Amino acid sequence: MKTLTDAWDWLTAHWAGDDGIWHRLTQHLVLTVVCLVISCLIALPVGLVLGHLGKGGALAVNISNVGRAVPTFAVLVLLLLTPIGKWGEGPTVVALVLFAVPPLLTNAYVGMREVDRDVVRAARGMGMTGRQMLWRVEVPLATPMILNGVRIAAVQLVATATIAALAGGGGLGRIITAGFNLASTPQVVAGAVLVAVFALLVEGLFETAERLAPKRGSR
Amino acid sequence: MTAPPDDCLARNEWICGEYLSTRREILLDAVGQHLQLTALSVLIGLAVAVPLAVLARRWALTAGPVLAVTTVLYTIPSLAMFSLLLPVYGLSAALVVAGLVLYSLTLLVRNLLAGLRAVPEETRQAARGMGYGPIRLLLTVELPLALPAAMAGLRIATVSAVSLATVGAIVGFGGLGNLIYAGMNTYFKAQVLTASVLCVVIAVAADLLLLGVQWLITPWTRAKRG
Repeated sequence: MKTLTDAWDWLTAHWAGDDGIWHRLTQHLVLTVVCLVISCLIALPVGLVLGHLGKGGALAVNISNVGRAVPTFAVLVLLLLTPIGKWGEGPTVVALVLFAVPPLLTNAYVGMREVDRDVVRAARGMGMTGRQMLWRVEVPLATPMILNGVRIAAVQLVATATIAALAGGGGLGRIITAGFNLASTPQVVAGAVLVAVFALLVEGLFETAERLAPKRGSR
Repeated sequence: MTAPPDDCLARNEWICGEYLSTRREILLDAVGQHLQLTALSVLIGLAVAVPLAVLARRWALTAGPVLAVTTVLYTIPSLAMFSLLLPVYGLSAALVVAGLVLYSLTLLVRNLLAGLRAVPEETRQAARGMGYGPIRLLLTVELPLALPAAMAGLRIATVSAVSLATVGAIVGFGGLGNLIYAGMNTYFKAQVLTASVLCVVIAVAADLLLLGVQWLITPWTRAKRG
């Protein structure tokens, strides 16, 4: 109980400054959003086109399994020791994108492939070109699955950005690692609560978006 | 004054045979700790997940809350999870194991429940018609039929646990993660690369091992093809 009240005291007293909650929260948010956009720009076109053509399925599906076996922390430290490590947040951004791409790619591919083949054939029979089929039929029907991939990627990004603090990156994880260095349990717990709430908010946001999305698709 | 030896350790190269031979004991200790942490947490996770999944299957009302709680747990980033457990367990291996158990729970419960739900109603009725009680039905019909789905969950849970255990380095119990953490602070490239590669090797080996176990304990799934 003592720890909880101490953690609450810490939470209420440390919002300002370079090590303050506001600064770390903004860093975390910016990192997550920027990397999510970069990852989507890389993964979605590839996943959608592969799914549309029905090619490269083994790659698109297995890349997720490979991503799971590689420890995030190890990748962060490896990148830190390479020349990329000299560019400030460089290793963090690269690692975040690396871990966000697999779920995006896999879900986009699977979503495209799971579109009812009869619907696709009907679209082709109506004389739609490949491009029209992709944008008017397949993508709208695959949207729930694609959004699910974006949600998984976003949650993964928040988690990876937290671990980045272990390797010197910014973000909310920094509050936790600083707490460990100071042997201050209240600060560690306060940081952990912030990270957990942030992750759950992101998850909740996407869950709401997913609930609203099918209505547009099945208009 | 002797000149420092000009080997790959002194040059701080990524790949270094010298490192493997001089630090063998440290590496073996770390691998041992890593294996212990993962195996223990997956086994405890399994022991908790089976009753939870059975409960959620038997009483539909409990399924929602059980799935919701495990999903929330899974969403919490690993570093935060370990930190939240700090007041309870202190700086100990138990903290890392507890955190990993909570993660494996989500994957195991979800897959077990999916497996149990996929058991055909006809099969259940046939067993009941043969005079099977609820417990015998569960143990000899439902759980075996749920095995393929459960094993898929167990494989994912194990691979994730191997990779997440490295974050335990924050409390000093991260197996190979400890070596990565120490290597980061001293800029020791060979140590970071070797430990990272060993992590992936352990994950792949564990996955293949479980695939083999699944092959052995579900002979009926391959009888169809043969």
